[in-house]
Formats: sequence, C-alpha cells, structure tokens
Amino acid sequence: MDFIDYYKTLGVEKKATTDVIKKAYRKLARKYHPDLNPNDKESERKFKEINEAHEVLSHPENRKKYDEYGKDWKHADEFTKQRQQQSQGRTQSQSQGGQSYSESDFSDFFESMFGGAGGRRSSGSVQYKGQDFNAELHLKLKDVYESQKQVLTVNGGNIRLTIPAGVQDGQVIKIPGKGGKGMNGGPNGDLFIRFAVENNTLFQREGDNLYRNIDLDVYTAILGGYITTDTFDGKVKLKIAAGTDNGAKVKLKGKGFPVYKKDGQFGDLILTLQLQTPKNLTEEEKNLFEQLKKIQKS
Amino acid sequence: MTAQELIQIEILCSNYDLEISFVRDLQVIGLIEIHQLEETEFMHVERLSEFEKMIRLHRELNVNPEGIDVIFNLLNKVQNLENDLNSAKNRLRLYENEDL
Repeated sequence: MDFIDYYKTLGVEKKATTDVIKKAYRKLARKYHPDLNPNDKESERKFKEINEAHEVLSHPENRKKYDEYGKDWKHADEFTKQRQQQSQGRTQSQSQGGQSYSESDFSDFFESMFGGAGGRRSSGSVQYKGQDFNAELHLKLKDVYESQKQVLTVNGGNIRLTIPAGVQDGQVIKIPGKGGKGMNGGPNGDLFIRFAVENNTLFQREGDNLYRNIDLDVYTAILGGYITTDTFDGKVKLKIAAGTDNGAKVKLKGKGFPVYKKDGQFGDLILTLQLQTPKNLTEEEKNLFEQLKKIQKS
Repeated sequence: MTAQELIQIEILCSNYDLEISFVRDLQVIGLIEIHQLEETEFMHVERLSEFEKMIRLHRELNVNPEGIDVIFNLLNKVQNLENDLNSAKNRLRLYENEDL
C-alpha cells in the first residue's frame, strides 16, 4: 500500500482553496469521465483516482485528517481504531447521479484512512440504478460460426452466456441486471459485452457473406473442368466452365456465414477466380505453346 | 407497447431527484422521447440507461442539455469510426495473409 498524494493527483498546491480544488477536479473529470471514454480502462482508472482525491480534499474534515495523517499514513490503523470509537456521525458527500461506486473503487490507502465506502455515502431514500459494466470478449471468426456457450467472470461473478452464431465484430449485447448493484434498493446496472471477432482465416467477411480469392490453372480455365476448394465448413467440388476469365466470380449460395439469430440461414460465399500463368516451363511445354501460338495466328 | 415497457416520468423525476424542466429540455432537443397515454407521460424503459448517462453528464460534469446532445453525437461518431477501423483491419489482415 503506497501513500497517495491527492494534491498531485488533482494537480493543485497544498495551499489550494476549495474552489481551486473543485475547478481542478471538474477539469479532470471532464477529461476522464467514463461516459466520455467508453471501454477505456486507463481513463476509468484515472477517473477513480481523481474521484478519490476529490472525495478527500473537497471536504474540510477529510482534508484536515488527510493533511494531518497523510504523511504518517503508516499509522492509519491506529487512526482507524480511533475513528471506529467515534460516533456514527460521518461526513456525507454529494450523491453521484446514476453511478454507484463500490469500496473496491477506492484505494487501500483511502480505505485505511477513511474506512469503507458505506461510511461516506449519503444514505438518503433516493434509489439509483447500479453502474453499467462494459466487457470485451475476444473471439476468432471460427468460434462464431456456430453458437457456443461460455462462462464469463465479470466482477467476481460467473455469467453463463450463449453466444449466437453469426455475431458480428464490434457487436454489443446487453445483459440486464448483471452490472453494478443498485443503491438504496435501486435496480442493478446492466452488463454490456462487446465482441471483438478476429479474422485469421483466408475468408473475408462482409455482413453474412464470405469472400475468397482462389487460384485457377490456365488449362482448366481454357478447357473447363472441376476444382476442389475450401468453404468455411468443408470442401466443395466446383464446376468451371470452359473459357473462364481471370477475376470471374462464382457465388455459392448458403455457403457463407450464419445469419445472426436466424437458425439455418446462411449468407453466400463469393469466390473470385485468379488465373495462374504457368511458369518454369519445360522445353516440351514451350514447344507445345509455340505450336498453339502458330495455330492461333493461322 | 405494453405498460410494463414504460416508466412514468413522474416516478423517474422522483427517483432521480430531477426537475421536470430538465426532462422537458431533453425532450425538446430530441434526446429523449416521451409517450403520452391518457393524461400520463411515460418513457420507454429501454432508453433508461441512456437517460441515466445524460443525468450523470449533467450532474457530474455540469453539462447542459445542448452539450449532452453534442457529446452523444460525437460518441456515436467515435463508435462508428471504431467499427469502420475494425472492419478495415479485418480486411487488411486478409490481404496480409495472402502475401504470406
């Protein structure tokens, strides 16, 4: 547990007036407020720090105690005992809108100096919904081809989650009531899970459709025939028409990605055929091509 | 729309300790939608989370309703840009894999 210089956190001098402290807090809060920096853990951490500093320095009684004991913070235990012997009357702070802060939102240093969050907060009858939690789940594209069940640990609690097939990269789902606890009997916050789907396959995904470039040898392109190619769920045999051009597209209906929350429905797979010019020809092959050239000219 | 999906504005103001004028200002700007059933005004519960965000910005950062509107628009833009960036990264990865 380290000593925390709350004056430094807010960037003010030790002699700063309450107004200066308030101004500094508001300026930093506008910069690091979690609502303005969604999914930014560094901003969230900073906001908690400045909130804690403001909690102490904006209340004359707390500030006095901090100034007095702050430098001797290692004696905080004695101070805590002394505090517990005092009457129940504790300082009250302003309520924090719809957001609740749990004890874990404050540092160990703060807890040792001022006790738990419950002692500081107003216990009025106003009910507040708990804080919304944001979590990010990293998945591979192959993982979201089929629905799957996962157990997530969020804030110490386990949540069973069924991830429907076809979930999109960046998609956010809301799980009601799985966020922070409500205050004064208010409802719990919600949990928002953002899916980060990493595509490490050779398929490109756009919506429910998949795209892929495949090589085609020049002989099959000219004469026609069959090639075997990969789709997302296995191999298919593909008929190639004689005289197929470079860049020709073949659409395989229903061989794309599953449509989100629509069982049995799939997008399409669009294959772009890329002709491969033969290289490192043998003498015999060269002669044959020369003959073809002559025939073509005549 | 059933009654369970709506929450009375009067209850909201009382629970969140809000002035009705603040709710009206948000409505005028178009940040919230108020439904009227008979003589009573309601808000959709699905919009509650967004509404609470507006309250936090107002109370904790002293942002007025016009400012909240600007912030919401900018946050939407950031979200859209992040989505575009992710999508572009995925496409780029495809080409990078092809080069290997």
